[in-house]
Amino acid sequence: MYRRGGVFTGEGVIPYTGEGSTVTAGSAVCTQIGCAYTGNEAVAYAAKQCNVDVVAAYPITPQTIIVERFSDYVANGEVDTKFMYVESEHSAMSACVGASLAGARVFTSTASQGLALMHEVMYLASGLRTPIVMGVVNRALSAPINIHGDHSDMMGSRDCGWIQLFAENAQEAYDLTIQAFKIAEDPAVQLPVAVNLDGYTVSHATENMKSLTDEDVARFLPPRKPIFKVDPSTPISVGGMALPEYYYEIKRQQEEALRQSRHVVKRVGKEYGDLTGRRYGFMEAYAMEDAQAAVISLGSTCGTVRSVAKRLRAKGKKVGAIKLWMYRPFPAEELISAIKGLKALAVMDRAISFGAPYGALCSDISSSLQNTEVKLKVLNMIYGLGGRDIPPATVERVYRDVLQAARTGKVEERVMFLDVRE
Amino acid sequence: MVAPKDLPLQELYAPGHRLCAGCGPSISVRMALKAARGPTVVVNSTGCVEVSTTIFPYTAWRIPWVHALFENTPAVASGLEYAYEALEKRGARKGKVDIIALGGDGGTFDIGIQALSGMLERGHDIVYICYDNEAYMNTGIQRSGATPRGAATTTSPAGKVIPGKRGGKKDLAAICAGHGIKYTATASIGFFTDYIDKVRKAIEVDGPAVVHVLAPCPLGWRSSPADTIKLAKMAVQTGIFPIYEVVDGKYRMSLKPGKLLPVEEYFKLQGRFSHLLRPEFKEELEEINREIEGNYRRILGLAGEQVA
Amino acid sequence: MKLGWREMPIAGVMFQPGSSAEYKTGDWRIEKKPLIDQERCIRCMICWLICPDVAIERVQKPYKNYQESLKEDYYHCKGCGICAAECPVDAIEMVEESRVVP
Repeated sequence: MYRRGGVFTGEGVIPYTGEGSTVTAGSAVCTQIGCAYTGNEAVAYAAKQCNVDVVAAYPITPQTIIVERFSDYVANGEVDTKFMYVESEHSAMSACVGASLAGARVFTSTASQGLALMHEVMYLASGLRTPIVMGVVNRALSAPINIHGDHSDMMGSRDCGWIQLFAENAQEAYDLTIQAFKIAEDPAVQLPVAVNLDGYTVSHATENMKSLTDEDVARFLPPRKPIFKVDPSTPISVGGMALPEYYYEIKRQQEEALRQSRHVVKRVGKEYGDLTGRRYGFMEAYAMEDAQAAVISLGSTCGTVRSVAKRLRAKGKKVGAIKLWMYRPFPAEELISAIKGLKALAVMDRAISFGAPYGALCSDISSSLQNTEVKLKVLNMIYGLGGRDIPPATVERVYRDVLQAARTGKVEERVMFLDVRE
Repeated sequence: MVAPKDLPLQELYAPGHRLCAGCGPSISVRMALKAARGPTVVVNSTGCVEVSTTIFPYTAWRIPWVHALFENTPAVASGLEYAYEALEKRGARKGKVDIIALGGDGGTFDIGIQALSGMLERGHDIVYICYDNEAYMNTGIQRSGATPRGAATTTSPAGKVIPGKRGGKKDLAAICAGHGIKYTATASIGFFTDYIDKVRKAIEVDGPAVVHVLAPCPLGWRSSPADTIKLAKMAVQTGIFPIYEVVDGKYRMSLKPGKLLPVEEYFKLQGRFSHLLRPEFKEELEEINREIEGNYRRILGLAGEQVA
Repeated sequence: MKLGWREMPIAGVMFQPGSSAEYKTGDWRIEKKPLIDQERCIRCMICWLICPDVAIERVQKPYKNYQESLKEDYYHCKGCGICAAECPVDAIEMVEESRVVP
């Protein structure tokens, strides 16, 4: 069905070799084009290849390159997409909801304050079951104003009913964006998907990656078939008022769709892997089989964590690492089965949940452990706020702490704030 | 203008909705749909009309209808318009769709004005209708940017020292026309054939068009439900709500200028203005009278007409 | 019958256009209801157009020289009285709710 890899197409096709951090299984069966993109460019290019009907977006650092690149595609006639230059992120998401309800394939992207401004509309997008895909270039929230990467923005919107995927690098940002449309538009899902990439670290760093041909993307992702649409051919009323006797049932159904979407995320991740050799799913486990201590994180930090874990493994330390691709719906069961053999786990949170016992990821993991037989020590590390670098030396300290907890069975501090000046 | 008897029999708006007896906005919606040209979609912002016409599982709409939020109706409508265009280009659908965006005065004058401005600036082919009942009636009669000076609401009560709302009503038509759109109109459900005619003109314009229609609220105005049409008429006749069109930037009065009815006649039918007829607020009433006349003259001037 | 969450229409979408017509609002009337005098009525259709509740029907039933008659829809009429107030020939009277009408 798909063309074999390694065919020269004049654009420097690189035969797939199975290298790269994201590869977990299989080998490529389609043509892959070697290219160098920043995370933002990769997302814009993926959205272009997904042949979106409508884009409505508003510029915000560090997401701007996505809208700029897409504007180039529109200006050069490379896409049929209608690009709406809205007057705010609130209107961006609102226009996406309208366009998606009409049956269109819709894309937008934002960051930080923009995401916060969309907050209200994000609930609407999921509540009205609109399969919008959004690239979120994670950035700190004001005040003080800061344009650099952390996860405060998305963590503030984590319970809006969206599927949330996190990319480690440009390749993953590209791959996850293509998968996101297929997941979102699946008849059983019909929910919006956010593809998160770290501001600057991923969004602005140029990396070698491999892209698919337009034809392969089109075969992987056929045109959207809406299960209902706002169109004169179907005079339906959407977004009406549901009083206490109906509201709860409608929301319960929505929650079930989000919970069940994990099967689709898994299936699409496998399908994408069969096609490209880069298989996705809920998480990537590194050296977890016999690990006694591990670190779990989201986004670009996972690369640093994995490389430190590799070094420690070489020294004979029984450490592992987990990268979560899918944060919502939270893959509690699968995660527990991945960590159940551990003695201690360090959870990296790149955002503060103000006043909460832990950061958001750690809260999710801790509560998932409730009522299970799994007994392990959990350490929570807050790190990297406002773009504070997370160097390997810091991760080494995290492993030192988590190994110590594994050894002693004791956790000294419930939450640690890494690399903050005293 | 089409006489009522010659309007389409088809009711795109069904009975059984839960708006109050004598509701002006309900009348404004029904009349607007009598002007429909063909396949039409309505996007409705949060407000009385929205909540009362679609209480699950009963909808009063016989055409596709969307409610999103309070302040984003123009943006949602813009999204629909682009989607229809994009899908048509791809051969995924066919045929023109008229889009009517509908919002109350709170959703238009205040919280939604940014989204409206964006929609007008981008030039979407959408008709925006603001049904103006001059306060946030859905939440229980709070003052809005459309509440006229002196009107008592729950957040601009007529107290011992402050006689109702301070400041006047925004000039929505001028704000909209200021975007350089082809068609803006003010209208009143009291002059129904004129209003329906304006909605039809707005639909026929290629690009954005705005119709700002006065639609009395018996509950909030503290008036008799039977007086809804009468008050809508008197608001025009007293000059407090002049009706006119702005076509390609040119103002045109919809009624021949004549002698204005005393505004007291209009006020005395409404509880929200009753305090202004008390002796202690005589000066306020005089000031309001001056403002009404000044504004009326200003609009006449823009239309190149003289006061009779 | 009230549906369980599995059977609920997705996103609370209402797929049946104009279903509100099933809902009775006629019992909102407190004192009076409109009564149209077909004899007096000139079929200007103003009452039909201005009714906020779509509660005056145009019936294709000839009456003397007219092709149409107007009929009160008491299932939906909320009794606001706008029709009676605006009728140019006073052909609509608000009568006691208890009055038996044909």
